[in-house]
Amino acid sequence: MLRYAIERLLTAIPTLLLLITLAFFLIRLAPGGPFDSERVLSPEIEQNLNQLYHLDESLPVQYFRYMGQILRLDFGPSFQYRDWTVNQLIMQGFPVSLTIGGFALLGGLILGVLIGLLAALRQNTWPDYTLMSLAMAGLSIPAFVLAPLLVLLFAVKFGWLPAGGWEWHWQYMLLPIITLGMPLVAYVARLTRASMIEVMRSAFIRTARAKGLPMWLIVLRHALKPSLLPVVSYLGPAAAAIIAGSVVIEKIFTVPGLGTYFVQGALNRDYTLVLGVVIFYGMLIILFNLLVDLLYAWMDPQIRLNNRIRH
Amino acid sequence: MSMLGQWRQTLWLQRPGSLWADALARLMRNRAAMLACVLLLLLVVLVCAGPLLSPWDAEIPDWDNASMPPDLSSKHWFGTDAIGRDLFVRVLEGGRVSLLVALLATIVSLVIGVSYGAIAGYFGGRLDAMMMRMVDILYALPFLFFVILLIVIFQRNILLIFIAIGAINWLDMARIVRGQTLSLRNRPFVHAAEAIGVQSKYIISRHIVPNLLGVVVVYATLTIPQIILMESFLSFLGLGVQEPATSWGALVSDGAQEMQTAPWSLLFPGMFLVVTLFCFNFIGDGLRDALDPREHL
Repeated sequence: MLRYAIERLLTAIPTLLLLITLAFFLIRLAPGGPFDSERVLSPEIEQNLNQLYHLDESLPVQYFRYMGQILRLDFGPSFQYRDWTVNQLIMQGFPVSLTIGGFALLGGLILGVLIGLLAALRQNTWPDYTLMSLAMAGLSIPAFVLAPLLVLLFAVKFGWLPAGGWEWHWQYMLLPIITLGMPLVAYVARLTRASMIEVMRSAFIRTARAKGLPMWLIVLRHALKPSLLPVVSYLGPAAAAIIAGSVVIEKIFTVPGLGTYFVQGALNRDYTLVLGVVIFYGMLIILFNLLVDLLYAWMDPQIRLNNRIRH
Repeated sequence: MSMLGQWRQTLWLQRPGSLWADALARLMRNRAAMLACVLLLLLVVLVCAGPLLSPWDAEIPDWDNASMPPDLSSKHWFGTDAIGRDLFVRVLEGGRVSLLVALLATIVSLVIGVSYGAIAGYFGGRLDAMMMRMVDILYALPFLFFVILLIVIFQRNILLIFIAIGAINWLDMARIVRGQTLSLRNRPFVHAAEAIGVQSKYIISRHIVPNLLGVVVVYATLTIPQIILMESFLSFLGLGVQEPATSWGALVSDGAQEMQTAPWSLLFPGMFLVVTLFCFNFIGDGLRDALDPREHL
């Protein structure tokens, strides 16, 4: 188990390096500079600006300087939001994104697993068909179609919830969390149902049944853990999907989260901000994947005992 | 045997009771999937031929009738948008863009994913381990953020963007194909080909790849809706298709801004988008159940 953990940790390092390198050089390929959109600057001022931000150095020098900064977790100053560092912008936006994303992830998982279990235990009956049709709808209705409809219904028509904006109050969080979490509920429900059905057919469940154990005990004690394995391994991609989804959700509900900053940064060629957000989220996903791998290994005896990954 | 002959044999010329005949029979019994097929076919015909039915043009505004609700007498069947362009024609034009772009990106991801996976799986050993470790590493990168970076770089050139999306979106395909190839490469017909000295590249292209068709078809059907969704998502953010061209995502985005006064401008493109995604998802599910009757996702 320890060897497995170290091995996983070691693969996270090249991933991180690749992430930073790719992002750094990709953004430098982009035509146009960060100071293009403003009024024409005199050459001296432009030179001074370039010097201030080290844009006048050769690319490799800039690259290693940036690497050094990242190691100190310093993402540098923002090009567009003057007087702000990227760290400050991230600190500003991330708590908001984390709140929405965290609740969406947690709620989506719990609800998805419950729905999946229910559907699996009632396989091929009407509750199963209804729930799975709903899950299909959840997968097929994109958040940016659902969100305006929900706003139209709950904010405009009934006036129960605000249509957008942000305060630290549940009323402002509810619609973003629902729209962000919905595809996750659908996907997790389908995953859980499929794996639960497979587990319920396996020999050790038949044995448990033959012993005359009650159904709820079989499910809780024997079937639940193995059937959650696919869900656990989906956690990494789920977190990535939630982060990506938050970009759109934040735009629809005008939530001042990190995704909003990212899109703005991409449009304004705010190099440092875009890089900062990509690397920050990339690190987060890599870290999360690492934790998920460890959780998986702890849950799956095949890895715990054999120290091998199944493919 | 020619490549074409090989494919044809895999697909059609097989006895009843073969994998494909059985799969087809199972698919035909799946009512949801069949309905989705018919619906999708209708949709494609409508998207291709529909604009010819309407007297209006997608880009020329009807100035007297801006933001008009659906109306049969003036032939604005889906109403008009804020500057008077006919929504019926625009929704169909947008659909053409969305579908084409998704198809293109899917083909790109297919070509890369299948060749990568087949090579890794066929040669195995250290090469396989290295190639798959690479896939693992790429998996951990925040995909959407890279797409947005690429868009910034390619200046919103829609064609390049979707080639880029396809070029990033091949990881799942590579994994699935590799898994299948691993089991195929120990089958007698591959050994036979090796024994008579067929070159590796021909074994892969003529013996491995045609036999991967099942998984590839299933997975491609599930990739198309993903990419339609991705395109809509980007267009919604203002990063995808640019005016005057349009797509379902761009139309939904416009519609969402006017939904309080003109709800039809959100409903029609939204409906087309959702129905299309439904169809692809049902067909993909149906194909998977048909080709692999074990209980799956």
